[in-house]
Amino acid sequence: MSEAILSVRALRRWFPVRGAFNRRRGWVKALDDVSFDLRQGEILGLVGESGCGKSTLGKTIMGIHQPDAGEIWFEGRQIAGLSPAASRPVRRHLQYAYQDPGASLDPRWKIGRSLHEPLVIHTDLSAADREARVREILKAVGLPQSHLDLYPHEISGGQQRRVGLARILTLHPKVVILDEPTSGLDVSVQATVLALFRELRDAFELTYMFVSHDLAVVRMMCSRVAVMYLGRVVEIGPTDRIFAAPQHHYTRSLLAAIPQIGGPRVTRDFWLKGEPPDPANLPSGCRFRTRCPRAEARCAEVEPVLAPSGDREVACHFPAAPEGPDRQAEMR
Amino acid sequence: MTALLEVQDLKLGFRTEGGLARVLDGVNFRIDAGQVMGLVGESGCGKTTLARAVLGVLPHHAAQIDRGRILFRGTDLLGADPRMVNDRIRGRAITFVPQDPFTSFSPVFTVGAQIMDIMKWKSPRRPADNGGARLPALLRPYPGARRRADRAAVLELLDAVQLPQPERILAKYPHELSGGQRQRLMIAMALLTEPDLVIADEPTTALDVTIQAQILGLLRRLATERGVAVLLTTHDLGTAYEICDAITVMYAGQEVESAPIDRFFRSPAHPYTARLLASLPKSEGTVAGIPGEVPSLLRPPGGCRFNPRCDRAGPECTAERPAATRRADFHLVRCHHPLAEAAP
Repeated sequence: MSEAILSVRALRRWFPVRGAFNRRRGWVKALDDVSFDLRQGEILGLVGESGCGKSTLGKTIMGIHQPDAGEIWFEGRQIAGLSPAASRPVRRHLQYAYQDPGASLDPRWKIGRSLHEPLVIHTDLSAADREARVREILKAVGLPQSHLDLYPHEISGGQQRRVGLARILTLHPKVVILDEPTSGLDVSVQATVLALFRELRDAFELTYMFVSHDLAVVRMMCSRVAVMYLGRVVEIGPTDRIFAAPQHHYTRSLLAAIPQIGGPRVTRDFWLKGEPPDPANLPSGCRFRTRCPRAEARCAEVEPVLAPSGDREVACHFPAAPEGPDRQAEMR
Repeated sequence: MTALLEVQDLKLGFRTEGGLARVLDGVNFRIDAGQVMGLVGESGCGKTTLARAVLGVLPHHAAQIDRGRILFRGTDLLGADPRMVNDRIRGRAITFVPQDPFTSFSPVFTVGAQIMDIMKWKSPRRPADNGGARLPALLRPYPGARRRADRAAVLELLDAVQLPQPERILAKYPHELSGGQRQRLMIAMALLTEPDLVIADEPTTALDVTIQAQILGLLRRLATERGVAVLLTTHDLGTAYEICDAITVMYAGQEVESAPIDRFFRSPAHPYTARLLASLPKSEGTVAGIPGEVPSLLRPPGGCRFNPRCDRAGPECTAERPAATRRADFHLVRCHHPLAEAAP
């Protein structure tokens, strides 16, 4: 097992909820004691429903949000809470691909200028060297050189996504955080973009953190997966093991909700009722207990912590049996 | 089975600055009574335009209908009296569930006020406007007896879509409800007028996967119980698989294949359908995308519009659009070189 290139320890980011006269009424615990390791060369999937804190996690690691507590270790250095000047050399190797590249490219700049910008900020290369680097990267992401003279609105969504990636890769980063990299793409385009992610990882020796709500894509792309629910990681482990036998009941419900073409219709007997509680007003104990079919008195009193359970870590007092041949029967 | 809705050879476009965008190119399509039909295709293939054409809510100034008919229970909606369509069909016999439950409610009225507004005009208990309007719409009365009956029907339906405490929900403003609750309300509103056809335009794209499973299950169950036909447009084949009886696939404004659900996934005949199915993510890890891009609708390729991206295309594919051929019962494909039947 290779070592961790990025480690997050007990990371916390709480957003205050303000009421009348700017008085604090409570907290939205977007990240609450989140810990995990990102290993060299892997693709770690981060899944969960909207509002579970997965984007906040990516942005906190990048320094877009300052953490309230906790540590982020990147290549042996603590990077949480660094000043902007001190964090600049770190940012070169740790990059963030935005969810909507169409909105994150300047509409008045040609693609070429957008691709030059990171090199101007982070390197001392001459204009000719920059141009050579930009052209090389553009070829790597599969775009024609003529695109350098186009504006963002003149190219399609899939191509904008490629430009967004090219912009990041010009700096030769080591870790890339991909925030919902396939949202808004059609399946036929999505397939080509996913193949590109894989090629680029091999070509540039990248490590990805793959933030997505699309479980089918995560299953295909990621070697390990972390499931988040309302600001906490509830289960983390190898993708194939978790998809084969999820132990946390939230993971079970999440996986049971994916339509399986050719399989039984999940809508006929989907068992998870209700919706996530208000994040500013969480239930006591386990956050999932109000929707959990297995919840007992202890779940309301003691919040379960992420603990090793076989090949993975689970935060549940009553996890499902590790090998669940009866899982199908139980879900009926 | 008689067709509830039949679209025949519909060809329409939108006038834009760059010229006429030929959005629908001779589309044929049918739904039988009580059927859940999926209309599947990638963005820009014209599925939402088709849904809007059926509802009759295309933008007047830009849309240009060249030919075709939209037959609803035998009446051509394109040629019918617009007053009759407005009074009896749109919002009454054909209703709509929008894609985005967040922007589809007015933020300044309570949910209850908005629902009762629909019921005032479109309630199944309201007699048809035969003599024409004698009073301006704002002054038109809403008789108390009908109002009470309508309100009872609303509460009953909110209960059927599994919204807790319907009375309290009606007093709330849209921002006080979650996305899932709003989409449940939208489904309830679409069913209140006891329609024959509900057009659901990507009803679950804005929702999380667990909420999506709940909403799709609800839509399917209510449609079956009430014998309502549903036209579900979606780009997600998994969603279509969950609740549809049959699927029609569109590509760049042309329908290419239509088949019952089991045949569609087991034995696709059109090359585009096959490529679409192959580009779904699989757990084994490899996916095949479709090379090339969706053609510009301002200058679409001739014949079958998929021909520039198709590996089976020949000269006849650019010359002429293939006619529909019958593969099996209810399985139609429009291709000069369809794929062979899959082994059972």
